[in-house]
Amino acid sequence: MWGQQVVFWLLAIAMGAAAIGVVRSRDVVHSVLFLVVVLAGAAAQYILLAAEFVAWVQVLIYIGAVVVLFLFGVMLTRSPMGHDSNRLDNDQRWAAGVVALLIFGVLTALLVDAFGGQQINFGPELVAQGSPQAIGSDLFRTFIVPFEVVSMLLLAALVGAVVMARKD
Amino acid sequence: MIRLFAADPLLTGDIDLTVLLIVIVKTLIIFVMLLVGVMLYIWAMRKVIADMQNRIGPQKAGPFGILQSLADGVKLFFKEQSEPAGSDHRVYLLAPYLSIIPAFLAFAIVPIGGTVSIAGHMTELQLADPAIGVLFLLAMSGIGLYGMMLAGWSSGSKYPLIGSVRASAQMLSYEAALGLAIVGVLVHSGTLSTRAIVNQQAWTGAGSIFTDWYWLPAIGAFVIFLIAALAETNHPPFDLVEAEQELTGGFNTEYTGIRFALFYLAEFMNVITMSAIAVTLFLGGPNGPGLGFVASDSWINTWFMPIFWFFLKLMVLLYATVWVRASLPRMRYDRLMDFSWKVLIESAFLWAMATGAIVVGRNEGWNLWILTPAVALGAFLIYFVLMACVPSDKELEEIR
Amino acid sequence: MTEFYREYLAVAVLIGAALALVGLMLGVGKLIRPVRPQADKYITYEAGSDPVGGWGQSNVRYYVYALLFVIFDVEAVFIFPWAVGLEPLGIFGLVEMVVFILILVLGLVYAWRKGVLRWA
Repeated sequence: MWGQQVVFWLLAIAMGAAAIGVVRSRDVVHSVLFLVVVLAGAAAQYILLAAEFVAWVQVLIYIGAVVVLFLFGVMLTRSPMGHDSNRLDNDQRWAAGVVALLIFGVLTALLVDAFGGQQINFGPELVAQGSPQAIGSDLFRTFIVPFEVVSMLLLAALVGAVVMARKD
Repeated sequence: MIRLFAADPLLTGDIDLTVLLIVIVKTLIIFVMLLVGVMLYIWAMRKVIADMQNRIGPQKAGPFGILQSLADGVKLFFKEQSEPAGSDHRVYLLAPYLSIIPAFLAFAIVPIGGTVSIAGHMTELQLADPAIGVLFLLAMSGIGLYGMMLAGWSSGSKYPLIGSVRASAQMLSYEAALGLAIVGVLVHSGTLSTRAIVNQQAWTGAGSIFTDWYWLPAIGAFVIFLIAALAETNHPPFDLVEAEQELTGGFNTEYTGIRFALFYLAEFMNVITMSAIAVTLFLGGPNGPGLGFVASDSWINTWFMPIFWFFLKLMVLLYATVWVRASLPRMRYDRLMDFSWKVLIESAFLWAMATGAIVVGRNEGWNLWILTPAVALGAFLIYFVLMACVPSDKELEEIR
Repeated sequence: MTEFYREYLAVAVLIGAALALVGLMLGVGKLIRPVRPQADKYITYEAGSDPVGGWGQSNVRYYVYALLFVIFDVEAVFIFPWAVGLEPLGIFGLVEMVVFILILVLGLVYAWRKGVLRWA
């Protein structure tokens, strides 16, 4: 049992440090890379919780697609050669710090309130719950309407992309 | 207090030293295999292409020039590094790692042999068999993309940047097709685990080749997979990344010496891994007939033959990649992108739906001789309706 | 459960070993390669001549393909659990997925008709 604890805290500390890196970096690409570390850490936490499918979806979608999209945006507009004009900084650090602490406090309180007393029973059932088969069965039996709504959402995103891409 | 990570007394108890040792040995085997494999593959590629073009090819280093790629690799260790002055130093150093580590990792899920017993432990001849197996492969090729993008960007140079943007757009487009092609197998297998997929293609006689191995039941997916895999690994005819005439070396132009070698290594390791995955998904992996004249539980039939079959199939596919490299000219970029988005992805969707319909129909007990043509007809109908809806290239010209 | 963690222990070992190997290769290279700094060596490559201008911006079309990829990747992630669970889901599952995909292909056809999928 302590093995999981140790891994959890190692990951949590790494994620925390990387999260600070995201906001402290002065270069967008560095920020984006720190964000990748945070997302990968979250995926590793999912694996620790035996939520295998969700973990790899996290890697595939967030690291493999969404962040790549960010990078594309940056690559098309900024270069390392243009460092000085593109530095990210402003004079609102203290306000940002206060807001961050506040959000942290609220989220912690909410999570402890909602799940504080619960324990996860590790065992084969937990692994089975996180398998793609189980998720498929949930998705296509219980959550049919949300699933079809997702397709409309994706369609909207697609149309948005088309509108953005057109010159007129 | 949150106590999410309380139980599981088994965790520390059951992973003993032997298990860890087996894992370490398997890791070493993967390393040796991939590195030696790349070395031999590059040598064989040069030899075969030389033969096809009536040349001799490498012949000085070792017998038949077999040590040529080793010599090339060693040479690169002695080369001076020159990093452009305007580069982003830390990202520049990070990029080769991001390219090669996923290339090593992706091979972890490939079953290269059967289930054997080592020191009293029954173990599968593959490093890891996560239940989401195939997703792992896609995730790794997604991470490999970062190495390429960041290498081009961090160099602070024009050609590498253009090369890497081009390469990453190409890889994204074909990764979508690759993922959808795999669905054609998953519909049959009902699992994502590579070991389970291989077990379902077990050898039960020569008929297995056509009925149990997925290449024929999923022939459409197989073709799409092979094309997408070639494009995903930037292999000719899809090697626009390094179109010398326009981009010099592409994304790795500003890398020299051993750092360049790492990109080069990663590229060829990816070709080997993709071929190995194609063997796993479509060609039965290590399954094949055992030798009849030795006992079925002797080491020849449990250890040797599966490994032999796996490598034989792998070599056939690798030979095919070399053949393609020697035969086909490089594609034009607009056609490359069109091909993925306008042909491969749609076909993969159609194939997945058609196979899905057949699998469901078979479970319902419908007559396959009627069902299959009906589904095929339906798929063609949908295809023609689709093609009628979209404008031809000429009409597109007018839209713009 | 242990089985489950064992797979990822193996992956972790492989990551560690790969890092070590790559580090070793780069370290050995650092020890044995010559270092003779000279300002001209650190100019970026531009076909032999001195680099001109600062920065060429790339075509925004690449960005559109990345956007499309995000959409299709999300879609693929829904198709995977469908494909592996298809047999128990039966006809109903098939119809659900056909509707899902048709809606998205509709979007793709729209993009095609609007000329977004055309390079140049």
